[in-house]
Amino acid sequence: MATGKHDQTLFELSLRMGDNALILGQRISAWCGHAPVLEEDIALANVALDLIGQASLWLGFAGEIEGEGRTADNLAFLRADREFRNCLLVEQPNGDFGHTLMRQFLFDAWHLPMLKALTLSSDERVAAIAAKSAKEATYHLERSEDFVIRLGDGSDESHRRMQDALDVLWPFAGELTCADEIDVALADKGLGPDLGAIGAEYKEYMERMLKKATLTADWQAPIRKGGKVGDHSEALGHLLPEMQWLQRSHPGAVW
Amino acid sequence: MASAFSSRRCLVSIMTAAEKAGEASGGQSSSVDRVWRWLEEVPDPEIPVVSVVDLGIVRDVSMEDGKYVVTVTPTYSGCPATAVISLDIENALHARGLEDVRIETRLSPAWTTAWITDNAREKLKNYGIAPPVEGACVGAMKAAGPVACPRCGSLNTVETSRFGSTPCKAHWRCNDCLEPFDYFKSF
Repeated sequence: MATGKHDQTLFELSLRMGDNALILGQRISAWCGHAPVLEEDIALANVALDLIGQASLWLGFAGEIEGEGRTADNLAFLRADREFRNCLLVEQPNGDFGHTLMRQFLFDAWHLPMLKALTLSSDERVAAIAAKSAKEATYHLERSEDFVIRLGDGSDESHRRMQDALDVLWPFAGELTCADEIDVALADKGLGPDLGAIGAEYKEYMERMLKKATLTADWQAPIRKGGKVGDHSEALGHLLPEMQWLQRSHPGAVW
Repeated sequence: MASAFSSRRCLVSIMTAAEKAGEASGGQSSSVDRVWRWLEEVPDPEIPVVSVVDLGIVRDVSMEDGKYVVTVTPTYSGCPATAVISLDIENALHARGLEDVRIETRLSPAWTTAWITDNAREKLKNYGIAPPVEGACVGAMKAAGPVACPRCGSLNTVETSRFGSTPCKAHWRCNDCLEPFDYFKSF
């Protein structure tokens, strides 16, 4: 990673926020034309569009901070897996519709309070991107929460699938609220929030919502983490060649 | 793109010498007003009955060092129309004879449907799109109050999907006339 005169923690924050949005946006874009019903197909595509738009704002900002001329597109399409800073949760495969919704729910429930907290960042550009994104994340969460409750507390089949999805994905949720030294440095500078406070809010919310959805999380499960520092699961290695294929094969191609 | 652009420029009259002279003699505010009027004629690419000014997308027009600066704000961060809107604004002003135009993007304060003019709300309704119902929960996508069917006016309507053909719209259905319709989400 670049180590110039720029603020490295602010650069990392922008990459983390941008890569989470980009990779999740790429994942759910794959549902376009394949969702179980038309309305959901459109909903998934719309959420993907919001996330990719947000990724473009964050990564564009990251490129500006770095000051080496890299654009949002350069960062999205020309970095290797170890340079991505998204959490492991968002790169996990789509699985069935239940997995996709559960992954979205676990992410949205963190994303919204995180963005709201970032609107108070001491960096006004971070605050502006966060305020814009928070409006979108509000209805992402409304939708995923609604679905997880309905399907968790639905038929035997839908309940079984949502519980399966939670069992697989829950260990990845911990990374979202697990502060490392960069998060601590960001909080110290007033650039980012205290992740511990976001984590407490997340836990309280999850307990309440999962109860409504009649689902059970394993609170003792060890946290699966590493994505925030570039230590990714195999899943990202499969996602990137597809996402980056065009720019890798035809460098500099434009519309 | 280049050829379409130049043919458009040929079709419209460019600024007259008198107008240019007026500008040079310091009629800056009136020339900015005129740019606003021209922008009121630039349609939204997705919903052409309303203009980019009607929708509150154009936030400011100013003049800096003889260059017109049009400040726009994106509606939704991923809305594909955003790039088209900037291009349409540039083309429209070029077509009026303004060569030096710069488009700036402003994120804060974030765009809200509260900026949509009353006139535009009427136009949306007549076009078959229920205008946003603004209320205490702007930002949450749930409609703040009952949404009237743009066809029959009934308030007996129901949301079928919070997402529609564009990021700014939701799918609704009227239980009285049974027609489906688009609702422009309060945001």
